[in-house]
Amino acid sequence: MIFLFFLLSAVMVVSALFVVFSKNPVNNVIYLIVCFIAMAGHYILLNAQFLAVVHLIVYTGAIMVLFLFVIMLLNLNKAIIPQKSKTTRIMAVITGGLFFLVLLAATRQTFEILPRYPFTSTIGLVKEIGKTLFNDFLLPFEMSSVLFISAMVGAVMFGKKDDAV
Amino acid sequence: MKEISSVIQLIPLEYYLVLSGTLFSIGLMGVLFRRNIIAILMCIELMFNSVNLLLTAFSAYHSDPAGQVFVFFIMIVAAAEVAVGLSIVVMMKRNVESVDINLLNRLKW
Repeated sequence: MIFLFFLLSAVMVVSALFVVFSKNPVNNVIYLIVCFIAMAGHYILLNAQFLAVVHLIVYTGAIMVLFLFVIMLLNLNKAIIPQKSKTTRIMAVITGGLFFLVLLAATRQTFEILPRYPFTSTIGLVKEIGKTLFNDFLLPFEMSSVLFISAMVGAVMFGKKDDAV
Repeated sequence: MKEISSVIQLIPLEYYLVLSGTLFSIGLMGVLFRRNIIAILMCIELMFNSVNLLLTAFSAYHSDPAGQVFVFFIMIVAAAEVAVGLSIVVMMKRNVESVDINLLNRLKW
């Protein structure tokens, strides 16, 4: 089990690094898909089955296909975009590394976090998530549909040509 | 199902903290590193997902389904954000014929 955790983590970190450092946008999307599939594996390890399936469908299925669709629609895989200057790139890597060090130091300062003792492993199942979602979070759930329709209208308005508005 | 949940007894929560911190830092580095706006959007997705993983880990370790419902809401908001962001990318490509963020410098001081 620990081996599986470290394998999935290594796949995630390596493919995330490829997302940053690979130049072709199509390769970026493919590596991000690999990273997201490994993350779905993490969700299954945590017994969050509902989230694993939703993550696979929404992120890997819909959002990444949207990215690929835009890249191919705009023909971006051939467009050469010059990289930032070398100083800026080195500074970006240093900034990321320092931020990671800060997070690591903060993690080391935490007290030991123990699982709550009367422990149930069924909270990630559809039944429990549905009970919580439709009892405690009913209003935010309905509000999110309003958010979705406004995002859809906004995307359509952005996508129109200017003279047609 | 019993065997699957044994991961919570085997792996301390600090491992998940370090893992999602690593992913968040990589995403931050990518946002500063790249000039392609689509790559920057992808790195932002990476940062979202590291936070999602940490919320799920805390929720599973504390037996509280509310954390996983939060992750579900974050996924909804991320989907809306990606739809609007990619339509902005399409509009930018149409107007300035490029997806280089250094061309969008009119709000820069």
